[in-house]
Parts: sequence; C-alpha cells; structure tokens
Amino acid sequence: MLSVQHLYKSFGSHTVLNDFCVELYDGENVVVLGKSGSGKSVLIKCIIGLLKPDSGSIMVLGEDIPSLNDEALDKIRMKIGFLFQSNALYDSMTVRQNLEFPLRRHSINLGQEQVDQLVHNALDDVGLAHTMDMMPAELSGGMRKRVALARTLILKPSIILYDEPTTGLDPITSREIIQLIKSVQQKYHAASLIISHDMDCVRMVADRVVMLIEGRNYREGSYDAMISEKDPLIKAFFE
Amino acid sequence: MLHSQNWKQFLEETGDLSRFAGRFFAQWFRPRHEIAEFLRQCFVIGYKSLPLVMLTAFIMGLVLTMQIRPFLVDYGVESQLPAMVGIAIVREIGPVITALIFAGKIGSSIGAELGSMKVTEQIDAMEVSGTNPFKYLVVTRVLAATLTLPLLVMLADAVALYGTYLGVNIRGTTSFGLFWTQVFRNLTFGDVLPAFVKSFFFGFAVGIVGCYKGYHSKKGTEGVGRSANSAVVLSSILIFIIDLIAVQITDVLGLN
Repeated sequence: MLSVQHLYKSFGSHTVLNDFCVELYDGENVVVLGKSGSGKSVLIKCIIGLLKPDSGSIMVLGEDIPSLNDEALDKIRMKIGFLFQSNALYDSMTVRQNLEFPLRRHSINLGQEQVDQLVHNALDDVGLAHTMDMMPAELSGGMRKRVALARTLILKPSIILYDEPTTGLDPITSREIIQLIKSVQQKYHAASLIISHDMDCVRMVADRVVMLIEGRNYREGSYDAMISEKDPLIKAFFE
Repeated sequence: MLHSQNWKQFLEETGDLSRFAGRFFAQWFRPRHEIAEFLRQCFVIGYKSLPLVMLTAFIMGLVLTMQIRPFLVDYGVESQLPAMVGIAIVREIGPVITALIFAGKIGSSIGAELGSMKVTEQIDAMEVSGTNPFKYLVVTRVLAATLTLPLLVMLADAVALYGTYLGVNIRGTTSFGLFWTQVFRNLTFGDVLPAFVKSFFFGFAVGIVGCYKGYHSKKGTEGVGRSANSAVVLSSILIFIIDLIAVQITDVLGLN
C-alpha cells in the first residue's frame, strides 16, 4: 500500500532523512519510532505530499507522490487520512463544519442528507456525536483529538497516517486514543503508519516497529524483538 | 556588520513579499474561485470594521474643524471653513486615517489568524483536504481588503464631513444646505478620483502584508504575536509610501 525507498530530505546543511526506507502492507499497523527532531514528522509530510523530498521514491497505492501534479495529489489524498499532531481543527468552524470540509472540498457530489449521515457516523465512531454543533475551543484536548480522528475517517481512507497521536495528552486519555486507533483499524481495515515516541502506543498498536535514528531506518521488527535488543541506541527507547 | 545584515534582511523580506504578491496575481483568476469565502471575508473585513471607522471619522471631522477655526478667524476667512476641511478630508485625511485604522484592525487580525492557522497546522490540513490554501485564505482576504477599503473611505468621508458640519455649528451658524453647498462647490473631480484610487492600493497593501506575515509565521505563539504586530507596522509604512507616490503622480498629471 505504501513504499518509501531511499528517501533523502535536508533543510540547508541539516540532513533529516538519509536513505530512509519503509513498507506498509494492507491492514498493518507500523509505528515509526524516533527521538524528537529525528525527522518523523518530515517523513509523514513527505508521504502526504506537503513536503518534497530531495530524492527517493514514495509510492502510495501505486502512485509516486513526489511526481504528482496538484490534481492527482488531491485524488490520492482522498484515500489517505492524516491525523495531525496539533489536531489542526479549524478554529472558526463548528465540529460539523470541520468534518464537512474535506467532503465539500474534494468535489464529492453528495446531498446534504448524505453529508449529515457521514458526519454523524464519523462522530459516532469516536463517541462524540453530541459535539456536532460545538466549536473546537469548547472541547477538551482528548475530545479535539477524537474529532480530528473523525475528520480523518470521514472519507473512509485506505491508509491512515498518525503524527504523534498521543502527544500532549494525559496517560488515561492517551490510552483511550490508542484504543480508539485500534478499534478504528478493526472497523475500517485501513493500514496505519503511526509516528510516535510514546512506548505505550508502540506496545499496544504496533504490528511492526521501525526505528528512525540518524535519518535512516536503523532497525525494524516486532515490539517483542525490539525489546530484547542489546543495541544501546534501541535499548534507550525501551528501557 | 550589523548594518549590512539589516540591509540584507530588508532586501530579502522585500523580495519575499514581492514574490508573495506575484503569487497572488498568478492565482487570482485561476479556478477554483472561492466566492463564498470571499463574500464572508467582505463581511468580516468590511462590515465589521464599519463602527470603528465611522466613530474615528466623525471625531476626526469634528476635531479638525475645531482646531482650524481659530486660524481662519484670525485671517477673517471663517466662511471658508467647510470648503477647507472638506477638501482636506476628501483628498488626504479621510483615506489615510481610514487606511491606518484599517491596518490596525484588519492587518493585525489577518496576521494573527493566518499565523495561528500556520503554527497549528490548519493550513496544512486545508491542503490535505483538497483545498489550495493560498487561494482560500490569501486571495479571498486580499481581494476583500482591496475592495472594501474604498467603500469604507467613502463612508468615512461622509461621516467626517457630518462631524465637520457639527464642528462648524458649535461656534457659528451654517445651515445644512449651505454647508454642503460650500463643501461640494470647492471639490473637483481631481480631488475625489485620486483619493478613491489610492484607497484600493491602501487596501491591497493591508491585505497582502497581513496575509504575508501570517502565512510565514514562525516560532509558535510568540511568532503569531510578532506576525500581527509586524503586519500593522509594515502596512502602515506602506500606506504612507503609497500616499507619497500617489501625490507625486497626481501632481505630474495636474490633478493637484
């Protein structure tokens, strides 16, 4: 579903991604684990086409993302959900308008009744159907994350990219979000690429873990394989 | 060393702002046209600025009249008060003061709004949702600012002249009809047109600078505050520069 090969990305003289490779298969949850500032968010923004890599290929559902024009990129983005680290809910819109936005903007011909139904279903999936007419500022951090996830799900994506889904949340809310990610995965059968440094998230969600260290995939394997690693760079994460 | 660095920064910023303005013109006509968002921005930018602009215009007309009267009385030409203040308001004070108020209210609000959207990834989210954020956020706001400021200036001129009428009548007696006759008898096409035309440029400057500063906001919430502040400062300076150029052009064209 997703294949990143030999990806390079620099900002000035600072190389962030240095020959990074990762594969994501149908229905799989892959967690990319790395320190803050290791280039995890840069990777995910290259995958969604918000940043252009310096070189390398990013194949998503058979399309090479860096070579696509705006129109083709919009089409492929309909099949990719992206949960932003900061949720990125539009402050000036209600929860309902936030969820309607991708439906309206992707030129999907739907009647108001169908839109209402999709919005209701997506919010229901995250347990927040009652917040439909509230403003994002009226919601708690966990609720905002859930609404952002509902907006991600509304187009029924084949791949979901999560950028630090539990950052800034308390441990209880973090666990609720992790459970939600698992239940969403079961319901939508979407493949998920999760960027995180939250070990609870890695342990509970990951089918496979990719260690992003010094811009490259330093090690790859299951959570159990990683936890028994002797390499000090990896042990530092799992201890 | 510091001096040359400041110059380099100034030239870089000027270049970036010019490129940003060029991008606005390149994207202006391209579909998809964001009509609904443009109309919403006209309401937000134009209609919601109306009370502040009207209040300041009224006070401006009244105070200006009261300040000028003693000078004209000394020279025995008090009867020229409506004509003199009228010309000053229509030609210069109305457009410039309204534009400065507009820069303070709208420039800062656009800078802060887009800056906050930038640092909270809302602009990226828009792009991911199949929207060209430049067209949706920048083109609509710049067009709304460009088109609504001249209308605000016309209304502000009218309200300021009404303030002038009250100012004239505080220490004298001039009928409503006579006052307006005196104002309009001395106003020419060459007074009204340049003032109206330069208002479009003022509006464009406020819109483009506010959007540029917000769109390139950095360093979290601190950067948002800085964007709002620098949007007001830069657009105010640009208003005076445009005014200076406009005066030179009208002078060359013989409209002064």
